[in-house]
Amino acid sequence: MIHFLECIMSDVVLEIKDLTRRFGSFTAVDALTLSVNAGEVFGLLGSNGAGKTTTIKMLTTLLPPTSGEARVAGFSITTQAVGVRRAIGYVPQAVSVDGSLTGYENLLIFAKLYDLPHRDQQARIAEALEFMNLTADAKRLVGEYSGGMVRRLEIAQSTLHRPKVLFLDEPTVGLDPIARDAVWKHLVDMRANYGTTLFFTTHYLEEAESHCDRIAIMHQGKLDALGSCKELEASLGPGHTLNDVFIHYAGSALDTGNNFRAVSAERATAERLG
Amino acid sequence: MHPLTGFIEKTFVITEFELRKLRHDFTELVTRALQPALWLLIFGQVFARNGAMHTGNIPYLDFIAPGILAQSVLFVAIFYGINVIWERDLGIVQKFLASPTPRAALVLGKGFSAGIRTLSQGVIVYGLSLLLGVKLNWSPLALLNVLVIIILAATLFSTFSLVIACIVKTRERFMGVGQVLTMPLFFASNAIYPTDMMPGWLKMVSHLNPLTYVVDALRTCMLADSTSTFGLSFDYLVILVTTTVLVLVGARLYPRLAT
Repeated sequence: MIHFLECIMSDVVLEIKDLTRRFGSFTAVDALTLSVNAGEVFGLLGSNGAGKTTTIKMLTTLLPPTSGEARVAGFSITTQAVGVRRAIGYVPQAVSVDGSLTGYENLLIFAKLYDLPHRDQQARIAEALEFMNLTADAKRLVGEYSGGMVRRLEIAQSTLHRPKVLFLDEPTVGLDPIARDAVWKHLVDMRANYGTTLFFTTHYLEEAESHCDRIAIMHQGKLDALGSCKELEASLGPGHTLNDVFIHYAGSALDTGNNFRAVSAERATAERLG
Repeated sequence: MHPLTGFIEKTFVITEFELRKLRHDFTELVTRALQPALWLLIFGQVFARNGAMHTGNIPYLDFIAPGILAQSVLFVAIFYGINVIWERDLGIVQKFLASPTPRAALVLGKGFSAGIRTLSQGVIVYGLSLLLGVKLNWSPLALLNVLVIIILAATLFSTFSLVIACIVKTRERFMGVGQVLTMPLFFASNAIYPTDMMPGWLKMVSHLNPLTYVVDALRTCMLADSTSTFGLSFDYLVILVTTTVLVLVGARLYPRLAT
């Protein structure tokens, strides 16, 4: 049985090798190497300024790496960017749907931009709305949506084209516990139904613990720990929690670093979603 | 799909959805009507009365009507870039850039939508011109030309605005740069006085200013009896080449908004 699981999980969908990004003399991501299997739920943890968002921006082709390479669904992020973009979905940390369009319109524009066959568009949109529990609100302006609805719409929008990998940057920041649970329920269902690989960053250790197959902890741009939550806890000896693991590797559970713009963007997002 | 077909299709998808956003935006239409009204009714009336401007055989009000149309297109379009800064502060720009949409289609699609939005300025200036007794050319071909020129001019200046937004990235700096650029573009053109009245150096600058060619094209097509200074085809050529260059530069710079 274990062997069987290994076989279906062994299909590598994301391969990162020596990925590095410098901003001037500051190294945001330092020779990151790891791989993620198809269908895996993978959490990237770390304090603010650890390099998580920079990593996601490189993997989604928004930011070219200074050196190193990564392949997403077989496509190189440096030389086959369009192939990568077709194969992925991306939910940025900040609000990424348009408040002056309806929920339906927000989905329709992405159906068109991703070249979904015209005859499939309506069925696919209806299915996504149903799946995310938004059918009743499809014709309302997104500006009137609650925070949890906005996030679910963003996930629907990023997965209309059935991406192989879905990147989520702090998907539950600013949401209340009930909305967070609803978002996770949909994400877990998505993996079950479509085999979507989930690669996300988070601050919430309990989220990582309950949903991730494996996690990676980044600290000052470097990968400090990699494995399942149980493995990492066990590596510190018996009786340790994931919180202990985090403090051990990330140095401190407190937020350090980060600049004014990032903080104000995060709070603005929290405010809009909340 | 052929890359060019894809590019054109995606451009119109972006334009379509930009225009859908305008449904609830009627106050803006009204406030934007104010500026051309002030220029034509106050500035235009005063200068026409004193005979201060030598505009040859056409009355001064006829002379500046197309100029004020071009100016209001410029003023509306030049601040268009603030929208992409707003979309960047949210996560919208990032999400579009992570999609396979060609960058040039994102830029040109937004430009066209600004162009279509600005058509309302044409309606306002035509209405005011009627009121003031400006002799307009009502032939369908002339009207079609005016329509196309307004769309192209707004595409040109809104893309210019988007390029600035990609460089400065913040709202405060953008507003500053926008303010600094609008007046020189306006005054160093033939919008409210003939370039013959200008000192030599300014006349030279005005010939490098795309707004001059927009005004010349509008003046040629809008008025009942007006002759073009540069020739309508040359005006179109300058406008199209400038727009193309700006779209290419914009497509190159647009990804900077995601970083």
